[in-house]
Amino acid sequence: MRGLSVTGAVVKYGDLVAVDGVDAAVEPGEIVALLGASGSGKSSLLRGIAGLEPLAAGRVAWNDEDVTTVPVHKRGFGMMFQDGQLFNHLSVAGNIAYGLYRQPRAARRARVEKLLEVVGLPGYGARPVSELSGGQAQRVALARSLAPGPRLLLLDEPLSALDRNLREHLVGVLGDALRTTGTTALYVTHDQDEAFALADRVGVMDAGRMLQLDNPDTLWRRPVSRRVADFLGYEPFIDAELARRLGGPDAGPGQLVGIGPAGLLADAAGTALPVVEQRYRRGEVLIDVRLPDGQLATVTAAEKHDGEELSVRLDRAGCAVLPG
Amino acid sequence: MDSPVERVQPRVPVDAAPAQARPAGSSREGAPGPAAVRPSAGPLAVALWAGAVLVPVGFLAVFFAWPVASLVARGFVTEAGFSLDGVRSVLAAPRTWRILGQTLGLAAAGTAASVLLGLPGAYLLYRCRFPGRAVLRAMVSVPFVLPAVVVGVAFRSLFSVTGPLGGLGLDESFAAIMVALVFFNYSVMVRTVGALWSRLDPRTAEAARVLGASPVRVFCTVTLPAIGPAILSGASLVFLFCATAFGIVMVMGGVGFSTIETEIWYQTTQLLDLPAAAALSILQLVVVAASLLVASRARRRSEHALRLRGDAGAEQPWRLRRDLLPTLVTGLVGVGLLGVPMVHLVVRSFATAEGWGWRNYALLATTGDGSLSVPVWTAALNSLVIATQACLVAVVLGVLVSLVASRRPRSPGLARGVRLLDAVFMLPLGVSAVTVGFGFLITLNRPPFDLRSSPILIPIAQAIVALPLVVRTLLPVLRAIDPRQREAAAMLGAGPGRVLASIDGALALRGLGLAVGFAFATSLGEFGATSFLSRPDHPTLPVVIFRLIGRPGADNFGMAMAASVILAVLTAAVMAAAEAVRPREAEL
Amino acid sequence: MRTISTITAFAATAALALAGCAGPAPAASQTAEASAPTESKTLTVVTHDSFALSDELKQQFEKETGYTVTYVAPGDGGALVNQLILTKDSPLGDVVYGIDNTFAGRAISQQVVTPYTPANLPESVAALKADDSGRLTAVDFGDVCVNADSKWFAAKKLAVPVTLDDLAKPEYADLLVVENPASSSPGLAWLAATVGAKGEDGYLDYWTSLKNNGVKVVKGWTEAYSTEFSGSSGKGSKPLVVSYSTSPAFEVPKGSSTSNTEALLQTCFRQVEYAGVIAGAQNEVGARKFIDFMLSRDVQADIPGQMYMYPADTSVELPADWQKFAPLSDAPFTVSAEAISANRDAWIRDWTATVIG
Repeated sequence: MRGLSVTGAVVKYGDLVAVDGVDAAVEPGEIVALLGASGSGKSSLLRGIAGLEPLAAGRVAWNDEDVTTVPVHKRGFGMMFQDGQLFNHLSVAGNIAYGLYRQPRAARRARVEKLLEVVGLPGYGARPVSELSGGQAQRVALARSLAPGPRLLLLDEPLSALDRNLREHLVGVLGDALRTTGTTALYVTHDQDEAFALADRVGVMDAGRMLQLDNPDTLWRRPVSRRVADFLGYEPFIDAELARRLGGPDAGPGQLVGIGPAGLLADAAGTALPVVEQRYRRGEVLIDVRLPDGQLATVTAAEKHDGEELSVRLDRAGCAVLPG
Repeated sequence: MDSPVERVQPRVPVDAAPAQARPAGSSREGAPGPAAVRPSAGPLAVALWAGAVLVPVGFLAVFFAWPVASLVARGFVTEAGFSLDGVRSVLAAPRTWRILGQTLGLAAAGTAASVLLGLPGAYLLYRCRFPGRAVLRAMVSVPFVLPAVVVGVAFRSLFSVTGPLGGLGLDESFAAIMVALVFFNYSVMVRTVGALWSRLDPRTAEAARVLGASPVRVFCTVTLPAIGPAILSGASLVFLFCATAFGIVMVMGGVGFSTIETEIWYQTTQLLDLPAAAALSILQLVVVAASLLVASRARRRSEHALRLRGDAGAEQPWRLRRDLLPTLVTGLVGVGLLGVPMVHLVVRSFATAEGWGWRNYALLATTGDGSLSVPVWTAALNSLVIATQACLVAVVLGVLVSLVASRRPRSPGLARGVRLLDAVFMLPLGVSAVTVGFGFLITLNRPPFDLRSSPILIPIAQAIVALPLVVRTLLPVLRAIDPRQREAAAMLGAGPGRVLASIDGALALRGLGLAVGFAFATSLGEFGATSFLSRPDHPTLPVVIFRLIGRPGADNFGMAMAASVILAVLTAAVMAAAEAVRPREAEL
Repeated sequence: MRTISTITAFAATAALALAGCAGPAPAASQTAEASAPTESKTLTVVTHDSFALSDELKQQFEKETGYTVTYVAPGDGGALVNQLILTKDSPLGDVVYGIDNTFAGRAISQQVVTPYTPANLPESVAALKADDSGRLTAVDFGDVCVNADSKWFAAKKLAVPVTLDDLAKPEYADLLVVENPASSSPGLAWLAATVGAKGEDGYLDYWTSLKNNGVKVVKGWTEAYSTEFSGSSGKGSKPLVVSYSTSPAFEVPKGSSTSNTEALLQTCFRQVEYAGVIAGAQNEVGARKFIDFMLSRDVQADIPGQMYMYPADTSVELPADWQKFAPLSDAPFTVSAEAISANRDAWIRDWTATVIG
């Protein structure tokens, strides 16, 4: 197949198995995000693909050509690190031009300027990197990793060290940059907003295994397991009987229904449930209600609710049916 | 990258495993399974790394291990064959244990005093910002490379009954030797601790203050534990220097006072009692190895997660109220301990039989009425030429050793080998110059190493002495490089050679200035090994000083003082230039 | 502990492995004395680091012989002889100059030098011989004597002591500083002077009396002379020091005709410096020529100004001011090189026990 294919990849640190037989594929031009908690093995998988860690088993190929034993610098892959790893002893332009040393000087300079524009930092070339802010540094790191035109760009939580507003802004910059340059990318993050905003497909990893790799819509609507749904933010999980009582999706016996963030709606015609707590978030009110099985569930409303009970129903589209 | 806090690098990706599952520092050393498929290193790379190991190791083996081992081995071989009797009888003698006790006592006292006085110095010179700091830092490092004979005579004439400090009654006392040892080693402590302290994130201490801790409590509970490894590392180096001090003990020690080092000299040069010398050498090696072990343990700990600031932001402007105590202590040390002997030296260099004047300096252009075979300036020129050669050898080899020792191989065997390499190249600091010098005579006497009377042996011997200092300067710089910097370069298409040149090379270049400075200054002042290889018609400056000081007459003594001042000025200039390009990470 | 044990293992292995390589080399020709002397184009002179001669003389020697001459100075005094013994299998050079009579016996008995007697040896040179083996030839000599700070004694209105016994008298208590014979060459020479004067049976008693009179012992000449002695520029506290009979020549103030110090000529030991052909030399012919050269009138005349020793050939004229400031003792104490060689270690041991305790 075209693009990246990973088969049965295993990465070990001593006796610790960080990546435990993962299969994955990224097509040319595609952006795939890997989601996972700390310790799920997603960064190790990325390092295995880059060649920075040896694979204890399995294979990495590009366009069907096995690159498992090809040294890092000859794979034609790029990587953007969590903390940028800019070279402090070089200027901004020197950093970006680092991977372009085989090109003639004029072409190199033009490429650096173009990339500075792509990441929104025109004219920053001569600055020392120590004078950059965190966001600027990551933009330079992005420009640097894009400069040699890698056939695959690996991004290792590139925005996680930044604050929220900057992160949301840079997700846009990053997405635009990747798409305008037509870069094939594998993007590791623990932030699903980032993953869903950027990626053509999203994978969820846990304990060294790939639980699910799908397009965002399918992943969101049809998580294959409670573990995946849990990670995506579904909660709580209720049985089929209760789901039916609350007007939720049909689930077979033994199956579970996960309630998504917008899965429970206030509806005067619904079931009345006791209100436990109400709080504000970004201009909305989150109302916690106690389900008949004792679990708490959250309803989003425009304003605070008066009264000890609130009538609610499940929104089918906001819920996922899962194997028990 | 502008985040002010940089964590010393964890060596596995953060999400690879819960942190407690792997002891830091050993994480990557576990070998991947036998079926591991790793990107292959080319045969060229393997050959180059092998060369980088073999060249310095070969050099050390031929010019250090072989001579020393041969001489020590002769102590075990009698006419009747291999025998431990000589060694055993030395180890059974109470005198040996008295000498060992005196050595350890002196080293412990010298080390303790250096630590106590060095801490305020490290704080003031590396944690506080004030005008003139760079000059002070350079001044402080001058004593470290001054010839011991000169310092010994300067101190002795200070403390002698008729000297300016004669009233203290310290002549030939244990305390006087200790003071002289602190004079030499103060800068080692200040530099080692200062380098770390200057990068310690002040916010940890601030957090403790906010929690209600007094400044003293903050120092004891937060700062001290954080700089502890650096203190230990510096202290063990100082201990090593004190335990192997020779010239200072010879000149300042009373007749009843010997250390292992002076006893090895005595047994070897005066009695040719090789079994005794061998036993003492082995005893010394044990002491040295123990202090090196402490140093390497401490270093490894200090390379672990400490909150360090990468920029100068950890330094603070000097403030009278807060910094009064360290300033007073450091002022006293600087003026009293370092300043007085140096000023005394300068003053005496201007004292002539006819009163004060430049006469002694004018005489440097002469052979001192026949006391010398060449004018002092010629000897100074010899010294500069030899120091340049020695510096070149030491730096080239030191760079290779540091490059290799800064790697973190995955294989546990290789990783142990790398640590061993680091330790082995420290050994020249702890082996007596007599043993090396006499070892040269019995080993380097036949092809292909028929060098005994060759002039190149002098820079080689000096390079051996300077090599450990070069490694101690460069290695921390290279070790401080985040391994992911190399990964980032590789991901940008840089091959191993380019990574080495553009990442390690570029950063090592910053440490190189200081390494060159140390190597140059050390070899300028080297006397012990040189004295066994000396060529009477091509003496070095310290050799000439030693000869002048061994002659009667005010002119000879005055010339010795003036030549010492010249040596000190040369050294200070070299160190000041090196200080200007000093990287933060360097230990010494 | 792994690192340490590995280092130790490394050292031990290296020591054993290397000891094999460093074992006795193919024995140097022991029959050199019988066969024709060796010769080569190079000559290596092993000496002490105080060796100095005028450049013209050294060049003249190279020119006349056609040799390339290398001077090496691996050590002084005892260290020099011990190095020659240590390297018997593979000699350090061809000819040695600078072995003194306190170590000559050892060099002879260990046979690190081979017999050679220059032709037409002046009688004064022959008289200084170390023994009858002819292995060492005297080149120069000097006296090791107690030096006194004349000005100090004048100021105190105290007579300058004259004899060894004077030094033990109460009026001279706490005034004398000497060098430790274990670590200092003049210290050893002066110990020999006391042995020569008081005999093997009496010298320790003499030293006991010196000790009771407050003699101070330091490790080396530099400490004794430059920091303890009141008559040197160091302005120490002791007006009596063991040094050389030539030292007063250096303490003459500019424009003055008298020295501030004087040598006590009845307290002297005569130190003689010898040259010899090193056993197993590559260039025995050159070595012999070098010894002849050292005894040539030009070199003998050069020695006082270069090395502060008296030429062994007493017919050579001395510099003018030497008679005045650097007189020789007419009755120095002597001990045969052989006796020193046989007893030196015992003397030093007994001396140490007596004086230092």
